[in-house]
Amino acid sequence: MAAVTTSPEITYRVRKRRHPVVQFVRTQPLGAAGLVFIVILFIAGFFAHWVSPYDPLDLDYGAMLAPPSWDHWMGTDAFGRDVFSRIIYGARTALAVGFLSSLLGSGIGAVVGVVSAYFGGRIDMAIQRFMDILLAFPIIVLALTVVAVLGKFPVGGLDLNLIVAIAIPMIPKVARVVRSSALAIRELPYVDAARAAGYGHTRIIFRHIAPNVVAPFLIMFTAFIAQAILLEASLSFLGLGVTEPTPAWGLMLSGTSQEFYSQAPWMIIFPGLAISFAVFAFNMFGDSLRDYLDPRLKV
Amino acid sequence: MIGSKLVLIGTVALAFCWTAADAIAQTPKKGGILKFAVSAEPPDYDCHAATSFAFIHPVRPHYNTLLKFDEPNYPKVKGDLAQSWTVSPDGLTYTFKLKPNIKFHDGTPATSADVKATYERIANPAQGVRSIRKAAYADIASIETPDPQTVIFKLKARNASMLTNFASPWDCIYSAAKLKEDPKFPEKNVLGTGPFKFVEHAAGSHWVGERFADYHEKGKPYLDGYRAIFITNTAARVNALQAGEVLSEFRGHSPADRERLTKALGDKVVVHESPWICSLVVTFNTEKKPFDDARVRRALSLAIDRWKGAEALARIALVRHVGGVLRPGYELAASEAELVKYPGWGKDINAARAEAKKLLDQAGVKDLKFKFLNRNIPMPYTPVGVFLIDQWRQIGVQVEHDQPETKAYIANLRGGNYDAGLDFNCDAVDDPNLQLAKFISADKSPINYGRYNDRKLDELYEAQKGELDNKKRYALLRQFEQHALTEAYTFPTIWWHRIIINWKQIKGWHMSPSHYLNQDLQDVWLDQ
Amino acid sequence: MLRYTIHRILLMIPTLLGVAVLVFLLLRAMPGDIVELRFMMEGGQVSPEVLAIERARLGLDKSLWWQFYDWMIGIFIGDFGTSMWTGRPVINEIASRLQLSLQVAIMATILAVVIALPLGTISALYKDTWIDHLIRAFAIAGLAVPSFWLGMLIILGLLYSFNWIPPLTFVPIYVDPWHNLSQLIWPAMAVGYRYSAVATRMTRSTILEVLQEDYIRTARAKGVFERLVVARHAMRNAMLPVVTVIGLEFAFLIGGLVVTEQVFNLNGIGKLFVETVTRADYTMVQALVMLVATFFILVNFAVDLLYATLDPRIRYR
Repeated sequence: MAAVTTSPEITYRVRKRRHPVVQFVRTQPLGAAGLVFIVILFIAGFFAHWVSPYDPLDLDYGAMLAPPSWDHWMGTDAFGRDVFSRIIYGARTALAVGFLSSLLGSGIGAVVGVVSAYFGGRIDMAIQRFMDILLAFPIIVLALTVVAVLGKFPVGGLDLNLIVAIAIPMIPKVARVVRSSALAIRELPYVDAARAAGYGHTRIIFRHIAPNVVAPFLIMFTAFIAQAILLEASLSFLGLGVTEPTPAWGLMLSGTSQEFYSQAPWMIIFPGLAISFAVFAFNMFGDSLRDYLDPRLKV
Repeated sequence: MIGSKLVLIGTVALAFCWTAADAIAQTPKKGGILKFAVSAEPPDYDCHAATSFAFIHPVRPHYNTLLKFDEPNYPKVKGDLAQSWTVSPDGLTYTFKLKPNIKFHDGTPATSADVKATYERIANPAQGVRSIRKAAYADIASIETPDPQTVIFKLKARNASMLTNFASPWDCIYSAAKLKEDPKFPEKNVLGTGPFKFVEHAAGSHWVGERFADYHEKGKPYLDGYRAIFITNTAARVNALQAGEVLSEFRGHSPADRERLTKALGDKVVVHESPWICSLVVTFNTEKKPFDDARVRRALSLAIDRWKGAEALARIALVRHVGGVLRPGYELAASEAELVKYPGWGKDINAARAEAKKLLDQAGVKDLKFKFLNRNIPMPYTPVGVFLIDQWRQIGVQVEHDQPETKAYIANLRGGNYDAGLDFNCDAVDDPNLQLAKFISADKSPINYGRYNDRKLDELYEAQKGELDNKKRYALLRQFEQHALTEAYTFPTIWWHRIIINWKQIKGWHMSPSHYLNQDLQDVWLDQ
Repeated sequence: MLRYTIHRILLMIPTLLGVAVLVFLLLRAMPGDIVELRFMMEGGQVSPEVLAIERARLGLDKSLWWQFYDWMIGIFIGDFGTSMWTGRPVINEIASRLQLSLQVAIMATILAVVIALPLGTISALYKDTWIDHLIRAFAIAGLAVPSFWLGMLIILGLLYSFNWIPPLTFVPIYVDPWHNLSQLIWPAMAVGYRYSAVATRMTRSTILEVLQEDYIRTARAKGVFERLVVARHAMRNAMLPVVTVIGLEFAFLIGGLVVTEQVFNLNGIGKLFVETVTRADYTMVQALVMLVATFFILVNFAVDLLYATLDPRIRYR
């Protein structure tokens, strides 16, 4: 705005430029809808204690497998626990697992990618081979074995090792994308200049290269939150994810639900919808974020 | 109609149930293929190295054993290959006469030599042969075969369980000739004398047997064959049953499945129910504090409302009966009047919980928190685990549920890498010697994971084992139970309840309190 | 081109070796062993002696180096060993399941292509209209719905509408096509939806990109009917990334059917994977991981080669 412009066309553009959020909402209505849903999820998860009508752990043997009603909007499960309350608390688990594992996976992946691109040569070669190895491993099998190897390390009902297991398969994918973005930047004159100025590797990587791979990083980060939620659901379904009685969507589809779902379909319909909507929202948002930030990027 | 079915279920809860229409009056029809589901798959084909019902259901129809349980009259035994038998007055000599005209599926006759070779393989396995039930025959001094129809077992010591052992469903009679060629022959081949010949095992998919025309019991089996289909996913299994793709599953269903199938299929299916010789027990790692303190363990037992819990869990899980160390309904098990006197089995839960809190106070344990090791198998481990954690929450104890996959669960339990855990005790037959093995000292029992030694329990165990008078044995068993449940190193929670849902055309199949028994399919026929 | 091909083939060796080492170590780091599981699973009273015999028979008493050496030598001479659980050759165990999984994967691919190409193209042509939004939402929903949940709903629907479930046992398509298809079409649909979503998105974005290219603009300027342009020119060039994504998803599917096969009780590679991992059947899991990894690497390689041959603008050093 402070820019002094001479061409009328450019003046026009500058006057029209709105706050980035407003612009995002205008150009990406689907993404904005996703964002709204994500915010709702966050609020639900964060204030679950106030929002949910019941304690998600309260067993009520008087109301087992009750169909949806005014008392229990989404019915109850085999233990008489309120499905709606468990879904709200489940948002907490989903968001925590999604965010933490995506942060871990994309974080490590980004660092690996930038380091690989910056140093090049043998280091790059070695890192790339290792990433190839991880990529060639089937995702769910990798997660399956990692979960088994690490065992469970629950902190406040959340299994930290599960988060690690979900994060590992993300690393090579993020590393690849970030590496190619960083490679392009590495050749730019200002990085050379920084090197000539005698700056250390760490400084160049973090001050000069890292900021330029923020866009692909952010896009992958949101995309992987969605994938993490799905993978957690799959692992929980196989009995290797979150443990009862922790409220979690994937878990609500497995275990005792497997015995009851044909009699009490609400037990699986609502958690399945919750997963789908959450993943849908993150995908929408991530997709639109890509269109907004860097349309040519392929994730 | 559903209502009346449920009433029926209720009234027969503690007795074995088989419908009156069955067994009597109808003449069995010949023919048909029985399709049934099996929820797991046998790894190899050797009976002597098998431990799973997943083995029994598809494989047992290919074989005979020396004796077997008299199906509707469990726990009586009758001859399978044996026509008759005598036991010498000193209890050291067992003489069996075999039935005539017994043939293996390859046409060779089966004689006393085959019986001898089989039991020698179990009692003294050759190098590399795995024999799991070797200990049951440790008392055998020699096996003699005076003629092709007679086998004589001579024992070193009296053993009250011997006839039950000879009726074990695992001790398939193999061909001596084949064993001589290769002692490992039965691992990869099926050659028995049983009612059905082996046709095919498609790994991961199904198992097929067909009628053995030369079966030694004339006119049997009735079926042309059977097809066991492996379906590991619970929901898929019940769906298959509902759609009539399989006519039964012989391990057991949850009450939810029963409700669903009777609702969907009405009188097209018949429900059989029985208490099950399986219990879920809580075990403490007594090497870890504070579980070395009996007061803490007892407090945790007292906190459990077994009677209410059994009632509620019976609606969603395959557990139902409150019992002590023996199966409720078994003649040597404690009556309800005796049960309620044990700490944790009383009916006044508030008093029990108050006492539990007091005990914890006395032990100086505040804000008790621990990890509870459980198996990651949904039925019935998860519901019972969730139930227990909720019960302990009621006395202010915080429990973290830990459900690793089965092999890690077993490794942790056996390796003492846990605080407290849900263990299980499941046997093929009611026998105090078997069921009490869970409770005796760790240095005497390979399945005591509590890592404690209690000589008083060991003494009582030996005493009841040698006691042939049932009344006196009963009294000894109560002493054992009283001590075990007060010390509460390992205590039962709720006993299992077996529910079998058969399409009604299955006839001649009999319910038993064990999913390991009555599966040779010899007398089963299809009414269609 | 030839040098590039040879270079890529040589690169496969260290990658596969790395996969081998990784799976070998991961498996040995898992707690619990197959012998304990096998004999203690149902609470049997098995003596330590029997456990020891069984361990020795499976070679688990040997050192890790020796076990790895044995395995590598075996692979080298084409012997993948026998399953530790069933004692049958690994090759047979896998072969009996591969056909089913491959067929589901192929059917899902066909389904995906049939849905994705038209939808993606339409979406691109009508960019930013309600049609585009609708198709994008449909595609993103495909990524969001867990395939196994969709599978559960499909079964539930079939059971309650027709009191019928798909056949339980697999019959090859050349033996009984009707039986075969009525079993496998449903899982193919459940995973195919996700698959088609991925492909639709890729088709859309590549066509959008191609439409920006100069030569397309020229074609349009020359007055060629727009749809024709798209069909003749754009599609051919848009094929590459779409082929890539289809190829990669296909490779992914072979290992990714894990949960869906559970729901449909399909006796395929995915179910075998879960079973063998939970049993710690080392020889089986090792062979399966190597199979899927090799497959994945080969598909990648094939896609890259295709790129190099089809698109003259791409040149490899």
